[in-house]
Amino acid sequence: MALPQAVPIREIWDDTRSIRTFVLDAQVPQAEPGQFVMLWVPGVDEKPMSITHPSPLTVTVARVGPFSTELHQCKVGDTVGWRGPYGRGFSLHEDRDALLVSGGCGVGPLYFLATRTAERGVDTTVALGARTALDLPYVAKFRALGVHLVIATDDGSLGQKGYITNVVSQSTIQRSHAVYACGPEMMLVALYHLCRERGLPGQMSLERYMKCGFGICGQCSLDGYLVCTDGPVFNVDQLDGLRDFGRTHRSATGRRLPIR
Amino acid sequence: MDLSITLCGALLPNPLVLASGILGLSHEIMVRVACAGAGAITTKSCSLKPRPGYPNPTILDWGSGLINAVGLANPGVEVMVEEIRAAKQRLTPLGVPVIASIFAETIYDFGTVARFISEAEPDLIEINISCPNIDDRYRLMFAADPYVASQVTRRVKQNTNAPVLVKLSPNVINLARIAREVVDAGADGITAINSLGPGTVIDIETCRPVLAHKTGGVSGPAIHPIAVRCVHEICRTVDVPVVAIGGVTTGQDVIEMILAGATAVGIGSAIYYRGMAVFQELDDELRVYMERHDYGDLEAFRGKALTFFD
Repeated sequence: MALPQAVPIREIWDDTRSIRTFVLDAQVPQAEPGQFVMLWVPGVDEKPMSITHPSPLTVTVARVGPFSTELHQCKVGDTVGWRGPYGRGFSLHEDRDALLVSGGCGVGPLYFLATRTAERGVDTTVALGARTALDLPYVAKFRALGVHLVIATDDGSLGQKGYITNVVSQSTIQRSHAVYACGPEMMLVALYHLCRERGLPGQMSLERYMKCGFGICGQCSLDGYLVCTDGPVFNVDQLDGLRDFGRTHRSATGRRLPIR
Repeated sequence: MDLSITLCGALLPNPLVLASGILGLSHEIMVRVACAGAGAITTKSCSLKPRPGYPNPTILDWGSGLINAVGLANPGVEVMVEEIRAAKQRLTPLGVPVIASIFAETIYDFGTVARFISEAEPDLIEINISCPNIDDRYRLMFAADPYVASQVTRRVKQNTNAPVLVKLSPNVINLARIAREVVDAGADGITAINSLGPGTVIDIETCRPVLAHKTGGVSGPAIHPIAVRCVHEICRTVDVPVVAIGGVTTGQDVIEMILAGATAVGIGSAIYYRGMAVFQELDDELRVYMERHDYGDLEAFRGKALTFFD
């Protein structure tokens, strides 16, 4: 059934001053790390959200625009809708160590992936970047999974000072790594180049404005790919030579706009 | 076996046309759909100015088909001219024509959009006068009124040299008359049908309509029999090529449309059910049928059902 299923919010966690996690009264046991659901706030809008945990369905949302601001107003017991899971998620290289790189609110799908790598006994390093210590979500949650943790903040208020991509490229990344990343697109571009230079497998979770979520409206096109069904997770070799990656996204009209 | 057709002067390698509103926003995706086996590509309808359309949810699977109220979101004719130019550069060598879908909020503006879009030299222009979701200040669907429909057709014809298809709505009581009027006004062909309705879906937990626009056009397998009836009605009334659209999901559906008199067959919602591979699969299914009946081309059975409706 592909209509949104309206369910109550069971729990809300304040992850940082602008990121919240919503635990819904729904089970999506078939979901894979990196897949997303279309999350509906009745009377407001519906947006793609990566899955943080499948059962109960959990999503982690930064307050960035009108939709997420409305969602952040929701209280435990309020009703939201979801449909999915949609898209192609991460595929785990079990023969390689895992390096998960998250910027800002990219933690959701990577937390789901880290629960999977921990389960499978894959050596896992999680690199978390944010502007300040107050903007770093999920530090304790990743620690509880027993992964290696690398932290960078722009102002140095926690972990190393600087961009997480610089820290990762200077000291964290190993030849044995497969890279899995989610976060601001310019961070993904830096990691894409790093993976290509070092010859490492990498997978990036991208974001685009979506309407249907299931591959027919064309709104989320990224060059010749549809982010909703070909992605949202792409292998680095799929991103070679793309005009849109790191440069343009599409507005609701379908017009290409530059990515900051 | 020859699946190629001529549609208002344009040669298509097969009769399977990507329907408007599905994927036809960027030239890269149009090229991908053509490479997947489409015989022609119809672009997303564009208007004079960009339109953001309605908030989500805009497109949903309601169980037996899709329902949508996208609100004719589009980047505007200026951007679409560039997309069509880029698409044509890649598609002309493949022998796949581009059909530019246009709409406007006034009869006058239809002519203006037609003139602008013609700069991209699309192989055909399709006039969308039948979106059930348009909710402009005039609150009228042009396709519902034979006089208005013919005025729009005339205005577009005056502003382009490209052959013109007029896309009609099933949500009328006088479809045959409207078809006759637009052909008399100069339409080179007819596309039918646009989505049915509008319909609505209510969420029983929140008691709200699910679509942000509250109502939307219904498409998919559920509307196929209605589409076949409309196509047959048009084909027995006018003598221009018809692009038949409406819930075509299987090879059998394609064949039904051709038996009802269609020249080409539009594919939309089926991409949701079967992926982009649907074009190649339908092509194969069509060939199996033609082989079994020893038909060398589509003309051998086109309109064969029409006599049984007399």
